[in-house]
Amino acid sequence: MTDSQGHDGGAQHRRLDAVWANWPGWRTLAAVNHTSIGLRFMLTGVFFFLVGGVLAMLARTQLALPAQDILSADVYNQVFTMHGTVMMFLFAIPVLEGLALYMIPKMIGARDLVFPRISSLGYYCYLFGGLIILSSLFVGQAPDSGWFMYTPLSSAEHAPGMGSDFWLLGITFVEISAMAAGIELTVSILRSRAPGMTLRHMPIFCWYILAMALMIVFGFPPLILASVLLELERAAGMPFFEVAAGGDPILWQHLFWLFGHPEVYIIFLPAAAVVSTLIPVFAQRPIVGYRWLVLAIIVTGFISFGLWVHHMFTIGIPKLAQAFFSVASMLVAVPTAIQLFAWLATLWTGRVIRSLPMLWIFGFLVIFVCGGLTGVMLALVPFNWQVHDTHFVVAHLHYVVVGGMLFPLIAGFYYWLPHFSGRMSTPVLGALGFWLTFIGFNATFLLMHLTGLLGMPRRVYTYEAGLGWDWLNLLSSVGGFVMAAGIALVLLDIALHFRFGRPAGRNPWNADTLEWATNTPPAPYNFASLPALDTRHPLWRQPELLQSIPAGEHGLTDIRHGRRETYGTEAVSGRLREVIHLPGNSWLPLLGALMLAVVCVSLLVRIYPMALLGVVGAAVFLLRWGWENGAHPRAAPLTANEPDNPPLHSRTCDGPGLWGMWVTLMANGTLYLSLLFGWFYLWTAAPQWTTPETLSVDRVAMVAAGLVLTGAVVAYGRLVRALCKGRATFLAGGLLLVTTLGCLHLAVVLWALLGAGLTPTEHAHDAMLLVMFLYLLFHAGLATVLSLLQALRVRLGYVGVRLPYEPVVLRPLWLYTLAVYWLSVALFLFLPAAWGAGG
Amino acid sequence: MFAHRRLWSAVAWLTRPRVAVLAGLAHVCLLTGCAGEYSTLDPAGPSALAVSWLWWGMLLAFGLVWFAVIGLWLLAVRRDPGDVSDAQAQRLQNRWIIGGGLVLPGVSIAVLLAFGIPVGHGMLPLSADEDVLRIEVTGYQWYWQVEYPDAGVSLEDELHIPAGEPVHIHLRSNDVIRSFWVPRLAGKLDAIPGHENVLKLQADQAGVYRGLCAEFCGLLHADMGFTVEAHEREDFEQWLSDAARDD
Repeated sequence: MTDSQGHDGGAQHRRLDAVWANWPGWRTLAAVNHTSIGLRFMLTGVFFFLVGGVLAMLARTQLALPAQDILSADVYNQVFTMHGTVMMFLFAIPVLEGLALYMIPKMIGARDLVFPRISSLGYYCYLFGGLIILSSLFVGQAPDSGWFMYTPLSSAEHAPGMGSDFWLLGITFVEISAMAAGIELTVSILRSRAPGMTLRHMPIFCWYILAMALMIVFGFPPLILASVLLELERAAGMPFFEVAAGGDPILWQHLFWLFGHPEVYIIFLPAAAVVSTLIPVFAQRPIVGYRWLVLAIIVTGFISFGLWVHHMFTIGIPKLAQAFFSVASMLVAVPTAIQLFAWLATLWTGRVIRSLPMLWIFGFLVIFVCGGLTGVMLALVPFNWQVHDTHFVVAHLHYVVVGGMLFPLIAGFYYWLPHFSGRMSTPVLGALGFWLTFIGFNATFLLMHLTGLLGMPRRVYTYEAGLGWDWLNLLSSVGGFVMAAGIALVLLDIALHFRFGRPAGRNPWNADTLEWATNTPPAPYNFASLPALDTRHPLWRQPELLQSIPAGEHGLTDIRHGRRETYGTEAVSGRLREVIHLPGNSWLPLLGALMLAVVCVSLLVRIYPMALLGVVGAAVFLLRWGWENGAHPRAAPLTANEPDNPPLHSRTCDGPGLWGMWVTLMANGTLYLSLLFGWFYLWTAAPQWTTPETLSVDRVAMVAAGLVLTGAVVAYGRLVRALCKGRATFLAGGLLLVTTLGCLHLAVVLWALLGAGLTPTEHAHDAMLLVMFLYLLFHAGLATVLSLLQALRVRLGYVGVRLPYEPVVLRPLWLYTLAVYWLSVALFLFLPAAWGAGG
Repeated sequence: MFAHRRLWSAVAWLTRPRVAVLAGLAHVCLLTGCAGEYSTLDPAGPSALAVSWLWWGMLLAFGLVWFAVIGLWLLAVRRDPGDVSDAQAQRLQNRWIIGGGLVLPGVSIAVLLAFGIPVGHGMLPLSADEDVLRIEVTGYQWYWQVEYPDAGVSLEDELHIPAGEPVHIHLRSNDVIRSFWVPRLAGKLDAIPGHENVLKLQADQAGVYRGLCAEFCGLLHADMGFTVEAHEREDFEQWLSDAARDD
């Protein structure tokens, strides 16, 4: 009986594997599977962590004794800038994204993320962008203005080399991966949970990751905009941050910290997710205060967008604003304290199992609580005026990010090691690694608070003897090397466990969450059958899942069609809606990312024709990617016996693609709002801003173009409504009409732009207008091209009455294009004139 | 109830000796390690003095919180709770989360602001109509240009002020952003191109105080030091007229 079941299971496994496995050998680079991509993210992240660590050791060597010149000022400035940049952008965020990409589908009972090719694209953008940034060190032109790149220090005048360009272009390239992860994690969590898993049945880990993903969606666009503007200033001379031409360097600080502070929580929340996942497992009881935690997570997300100015208390901002941001900065302690006491209460009520992961969690507690408390201190404005920009802040931020991110991350690595490798780690070496890291860290940074209070500013390459800083710096440097030794031991321990660790078997920690129901290491499809769930603790409440899932006793076991599939469910209720068919291995993400790398490098070395070629290449590959969707032969062509209960998602008028479009537009909208913020900020606050007496843009033409665009969008909306009601008589013709109107609109806007005679290199006002125009042209152009392709797809039978999905997905883009168009015309072209007339 | 009493006795046990340790540490530090030409903990002016008191108060209070949380954690990990029913866990949850998650930070923030806001207010520059010595300081890569506009005196990396009274430093920058800081006297303030910021500076006693640039300003950021020499009022008048004549 069991034999025959095992046999059946084996055959089913082979069938699933044939569809889901990565291609062998070097062709594995075409993998899109979330397990592979997640692991690659994490491994690459660890590599960059080591790079950042070596840079830190260089800096600590230089500062160990006063008046040393092991590193020159020039090299030291590159070293600390790259240390911060690498750790923040190339280690902390990507490694946590990797963990989330790996874990989320397994926790919510899905087979993959909903946009697998985007996972792959994100990974390659991260890898290539990271390598481009890293290469700056080897050509001796690393960025050297500090990791927050304040202008004018990072501007063309004061940083004439390529360093700033490496940072701005490379980071923007890497941010594609963050945006990709943010969007697909959001949609996957909301739309592909196991049937029956309502939002309140979601593991707490998923709540944290959902919050993180949404914070990426809203948090990164200001940085992307700021980087684009600064690069435009450097490369094309558009003076957004130059006082004499009507710009303002403070705008950079606002945009940077609008991103920068949420960023701290973007890396803290997933780490806290690890803590909230591990504590109940090792206390062997459900987390106390689940609802409080969810509330705390959401509140953290909101508050973190309201306290960016606390990085700018010394720039001389108005008293009232300081009070507001001071209070907001302190208030964020409340949700953090709620989480802390929920963890404490969980431990208090459980019988705690001692283990290596819990040791790291203890380290997290000690360090992070200290960092949180010094954070509240720093939020107090008068105290901030004293210690801002000193080593006190350096100590504080390391307590927060190392305590709040690295320690939980390593706890999580140890906890999930059996999942990655199928083996348990050894306790002795691991504990030694922990204590060395913990003691080394505190020796480095606890003392550094005092160094700062004794007046040592950050970012100085050396200091004179006899200021009371000597012994502190020496001990900090020794501590730094002790910590490095600890990290080396941890890595050694993890490397050795692949060889010597004992096999783990299934669910070795007796955990409650579904990721432990996979094989260890997991099969590429995670689960042989997809169960329905109605509990937060599936493996505690229904331990039989460990057998019934691989035995194929649950849903979606039919694989004869050869498609990768997972369930699509409703966002709140988790009710089963559709079967999402997913793309398999594909070269398109890699090719697209390579083309984008060509663009990045060409812009860096300023060979613009090659950049243009890269843009065209990237567009071709990305459009081809969109082509292999829906009923395309490589996706899910129509067949005689279509599944209809539930249907395939591309046969419906709602699906993950539509959600992905909306989430992308939310990010895009944030980018646009950041642009509006910049416009109004410069207008009201830049010391030498000028609005020209008469606007040179032909506003009549712009209104006319807007009316044409409105016509296109209305026509498109009617087509989609009819299509979803089952009428498609005029579909191809209608789409061609929309395309024609789109082209007309583009032509008129282009004409208005060319006729306006803007001088974007002389006035910040005109530079802003030009960016606004380019933004509008890009969106209208994209929507037009995609509509034309839709018309072609109708002709080829990929879109139609039975396949209404793609035109539905495209509709929000048209609506968005229309909305930003009229907003821009009103706020950029009409409002200043009305203001001038009124005043 | 029992658990409750044990909790508090644990907290008391953990905190009692540590208060003494902290106070002792502070004492030792005040006598020895806190001195230094740039030390905020060796204040020589009213602004720096007020902030140093804020620091010691926060260190004491937050140090207690830190040790209490760590102690609670250790206790929670070590104790055997027996069988905790869901109702008990629920009560505990409400007590801890409301007590520790809402009341504790809420009260801390209120107390902190009650002390901090007046201190911050006291550090702001005086209103424009008060008769205060005006010194204009402009940042260059990499030195500070110091001007006494009324007397027509111009210096580099060197300020002179009368002791025992506030002066206003008008901060500007010629190129990049930097931050003007005399740690023993007052907080720092940025010098930003296109903007002017005003910092109130006061030294209680005559003497030489060192200052530096706190905001990273490029290659020689570490070499942007300057001195502030405070003179008795008469000596200052003398210095100023001498300097004006020399110019």
